Amino acid sequence: MSGRALAWGCGAAVLVGLLALVPFAADDYRLSLAISILSYTVLATAWALFSGPTRYVSLATVAFFGIGAYAVAVLGEHNPWPLVLLAALGIGVAVALVVGLATLRLSGVYFVIFTFGLAELVRQLVTWYEVNRTRTLGRYVFLDIGPAQIYWQLLALAVMVFALGILIRRSRLGLALRVIGDDEAVARHVGVNTTRVKVALFTLSAAFMTVTGAVMAPRWTYIDPAIAFNPVVSFQVLIMALLGGAHRLYGPLLGVVPLTLLFDFLLARFPNHFIMMVGVAFLLIVYAIPQGIAGLLERALGKRR
Amino acid sequence: MSAAAILEVANLSRRFGGLLAVDDVSLRVAAGEIVGLLGPNGSGKTTVLNLISGALRPDRGTVLLSGAPIHRLPAFRIARMGVARTFQLVRVLGSMTCRENVLAGVAFGARGQWGASARRAADELLSRVGLGERADTPGADLTYIDQKRLELARALALRPALLLLDEWLAGLNPAELRLGIELVRSLRAQGVGILLVEHVMDAIRSLCDRCVVMNAGRVIAEGTPAAVLADAEVVRAYLGDEDA
Repeated sequence: MSGRALAWGCGAAVLVGLLALVPFAADDYRLSLAISILSYTVLATAWALFSGPTRYVSLATVAFFGIGAYAVAVLGEHNPWPLVLLAALGIGVAVALVVGLATLRLSGVYFVIFTFGLAELVRQLVTWYEVNRTRTLGRYVFLDIGPAQIYWQLLALAVMVFALGILIRRSRLGLALRVIGDDEAVARHVGVNTTRVKVALFTLSAAFMTVTGAVMAPRWTYIDPAIAFNPVVSFQVLIMALLGGAHRLYGPLLGVVPLTLLFDFLLARFPNHFIMMVGVAFLLIVYAIPQGIAGLLERALGKRR
Repeated sequence: MSAAAILEVANLSRRFGGLLAVDDVSLRVAAGEIVGLLGPNGSGKTTVLNLISGALRPDRGTVLLSGAPIHRLPAFRIARMGVARTFQLVRVLGSMTCRENVLAGVAFGARGQWGASARRAADELLSRVGLGERADTPGADLTYIDQKRLELARALALRPALLLLDEWLAGLNPAELRLGIELVRSLRAQGVGILLVEHVMDAIRSLCDRCVVMNAGRVIAEGTPAAVLADAEVVRAYLGDEDA
């Protein structure tokens, strides 16, 4: 067992080492595609960390992503980069804790609607503040952080989110999450503090989303609330995680790679019909493969066995 | 009656809108005692179990577990203090294996075990309820009786001082019923206090030390099974006036 774990660990280390070389080999276009894939990998995996086992569908992804991006836009120029990331993380965690405590008593569709509303609320609040206080709606992000550095930071985040996912899966916390996902009433009656578990995971998941937003901010040079809090991001993350399979740690990755490539293609070819095509993709995925690619793979392997 | 009370419920009341579902109910369960909670459908039995286990909060009244008040605690704390329950409509964790189902009780209950020793404890409990061979089967794939067994194993994983069984013996065939009754008896022998809601008369007669009968939210009779089943008011509650 530990021999197998060692082999997996070595394999993962080699893979990460190879991925770290991508900025040296890829041209600008390919590197920007790789950055997209990595950032959606972190977002979708973080999303599934909470929503996969608990089956609480969250549309708040972009709320946290945007908070991270805005933290950089406001604080980035005058502070050292690690401090900026930490500040973004702190803000994201604080918001997630408050929101988690307030909303995780809601269940099912109420939670979905609330999270969607949250992203819009944050966007409106930021817009209001910018218009009434700073009197400029947009901000420029001039930071000396190139695509290669962004790529490496995202890679580090991806490694962290996967490592954390593995740790959680093996811990009591992971078991608690699965019990909650199956039957929350049973969870309470076997002694699981369901509120604490849900808030903890929601916050953890939001922390990754926030830092991803912060890391991605220098890509834009100009941001305004409509860019940073674009709800399409939340939906894309949701579709990717569902296509891959949210019940497995590696599942979202299986959805991120094909869909990032597809969305990139669609956005280039049909810029005016992009949203509609995302919607169609969403419908097809939910109808055709509700268990996701990970579920299909498992069934195929199970049959062969 | 003189043995130390595991559970002491006093003047418990709970209202749902205009319906007084539980009205001034008092009862006690001693260690190693099996108390039957009887009554026609809708008389408030399950609500009483929900109030004791913390699924619902009482409007009035107290629930003491070995002398400590628990009626204001959340359900997960009550579970950790040693109150385990099964559900009227059996609730197993369908996507998880039998071992994981029981492990949930082992990991989060009073003992809070984890790792190899917790897995061993879960396997022992599965053997005890006769599911030793099914440890790796998903809960959803079990037959009805096996799901009931699994639910009991999960409840026992909490090392309960008080066990609440909500129609746990309902729907079993005669052979299964005999096994079920033996299992409950063996728990009593260990000193677990048991409060069971039940309609199966054979089980009530052979298991219960005492019975509490409810009708329309109130306790209408209390005593040995033979005495309460002969009580005129109990017969009237079950069968209506003409047959009494």
